Amino acid sequence: MAELSDTPAQPHAAVSFLKQTANTVCSLLITFLGLLAVTFIIARIVPVDPVTAILGERATGEQIATLRTKLGLDDPLWQQFLIYIRDVFHGDLGLSIRTRDPILSEIGRYFPATLELSTLGIIIGIFIGIPAGVLGATKPGSWRDQIVRLIGLMGYSMPVFWLGLMGLLLFYGHLGWVGGPGRLDSMYEMMLDMKVKPVTHMILIDTALAGEWDMFRNALSHIILPASILGYLSMAYISRMTRSFMMNELGQEYITTARVKGMPERRVIWVHAMRNVAVPLITVIALSYANLLEGAVLTETIFAWPGLGRYITDALLINDMPAVLGGTIVVGAVYIGINMFSDFLYRLADPRAK
Amino acid sequence: MTTLNTWLMDPNPKSRLQSRAAQTWLTWLRFRRNPLAMIGLIISLALIFMSIFAPLLAPYDPIAQSLADRLQPPLTPGHWMGTDDFGRDIWSRILFGSRITLYIVLLVIITAPVFGLIVGTVSGYFGGWVDSVLMRITDIFLAFPKLILALALVAVLGPGMVNAVLAIALTSWPPYARVARAETLTVRNSDYIAATRLQGASATRLIWGHIMPMCLPSVIIRVTLDMAGVILTAAGLGFLGLGVQPPLPEWGLMISAGRKFLFEQWWVATMPGLAIFIVSLGFNLLGDGLRDVLDPRSAGK
Repeated sequence: MAELSDTPAQPHAAVSFLKQTANTVCSLLITFLGLLAVTFIIARIVPVDPVTAILGERATGEQIATLRTKLGLDDPLWQQFLIYIRDVFHGDLGLSIRTRDPILSEIGRYFPATLELSTLGIIIGIFIGIPAGVLGATKPGSWRDQIVRLIGLMGYSMPVFWLGLMGLLLFYGHLGWVGGPGRLDSMYEMMLDMKVKPVTHMILIDTALAGEWDMFRNALSHIILPASILGYLSMAYISRMTRSFMMNELGQEYITTARVKGMPERRVIWVHAMRNVAVPLITVIALSYANLLEGAVLTETIFAWPGLGRYITDALLINDMPAVLGGTIVVGAVYIGINMFSDFLYRLADPRAK
Repeated sequence: MTTLNTWLMDPNPKSRLQSRAAQTWLTWLRFRRNPLAMIGLIISLALIFMSIFAPLLAPYDPIAQSLADRLQPPLTPGHWMGTDDFGRDIWSRILFGSRITLYIVLLVIITAPVFGLIVGTVSGYFGGWVDSVLMRITDIFLAFPKLILALALVAVLGPGMVNAVLAIALTSWPPYARVARAETLTVRNSDYIAATRLQGASATRLIWGHIMPMCLPSVIIRVTLDMAGVILTAAGLGFLGLGVQPPLPEWGLMISAGRKFLFEQWWVATMPGLAIFIVSLGFNLLGDGLRDVLDPRSAGK
């Protein structure tokens, strides 16, 4: 610390990096506490009485009183909130009313399916979105640029559940190119437990690890449509942002220098400009990845995909509030985590931020 | 017409009204040059027209069932978009559904931006701890996944149109607060604010009368760009059965009804989805065009 105080104007780079990281972690914690406060408030104003939900209508007064004390419902609100926070940090999200299982372990079974779907989606989005954005930026105003822009705007304007239904109608119903709803054909679904060990709960990885290539191909034919639809949504955002970053970068002087030196245009764009575009693009990709987790809610309903989104909507329909709120907390936490992580990556990648 | 044109194009406007009219006219001329934005404007106007005159335009009652005519394919005489499983004319339902869509959008855009404006201007004007606290709360709401929060809220409040609007509004105010705060910070230290303050204007008066109007253009651009998102979220809630309830002809709800016989009677789910798509595309094109002409930052590009 003594060394630092000698040069207050320019602290050591590593120290300032650490300090910023500590700041990030701090605001992450505060945001997460805010999330918990909101779910706590929602849980307390819910018209469904948790005691009646568990015991049923015909419980005796004594039973109700015992359970109320056990659930801590007679404590003052601030105390309940503290207990709530403690429980969540210990990984206790309560019990699902429907199954009486701990919610966190249930979510642990559902979440990998969502993760698999949205990861494949973001990969598709990146591989189409970035070239499309670059294409637009290199010839702004051209018909190719207009088409990329229009396709992007269409992605912003389509209800994802409708797009999913239309995809099913065309590619599954009429053309038969892809598998229908679900993760596997029912024939393979029955064989799944016998032949494949659930290592990651992600079906593509598990079947590949087990060497069941028939099953792998079947799983791929099922995941490709919902993943492409999610990919299209993220592509819309990624291509738009790539275009604007790239246009900004191509106006810089170092690009002119590179061109004047006779460097091939492809190298100018993909090596020189891309290096600088990549930094803000990290944030964009992370943001759309986080959004895909959310977009998965409606997509999973359409494709009977056993993921977190479906878990939450199923729970909603039978008023299983602990499960809904548990799912909300997990999605929110992942969402916040991805945002903070992208922030961190951004500072790691951008030398100016150090 | 020519006199109106010369009046508008006068380089030396004689009144405040004339200069304002000229400014609006110039903006309109720039806006008109963008064909995509014009398409967006036409779609938006068509939506408003449709919802106002729905009772006159619709050939059938949107709710009355007629089981003899159920699941007629498109281009059936009298039902050019076909009928649904209760024999209701889909075109009439879409026409009346535009009222619900417009109603939801209007309710959201008069609540969320206003709330965001108040939070943002108060936060930017007072600064200090007020700013820190308000912006921290804004950040927390911004860090939420929107649809999930809306789902949880509707789950608590119970399904229905008003609750859906409330949930959407509660999740969409933070960006407005951010925008309004940024604008407030740029005008807070201007001379005209200082002059008004020296005349003894109260903080409320300053914020309401002198700062908020300055924030309006950027907020309005944001509103047009957000309208499509509002429509999509509302339709999503309707689709999940958490928004508008049957038998009302809400578009998302209509898609979910058509889902049961998607492969045999494709039109029942397809038509309302097309309506949602066209309307939100229209709002997106309009918003994009408005931003190009109104936002000075993007004008140079």
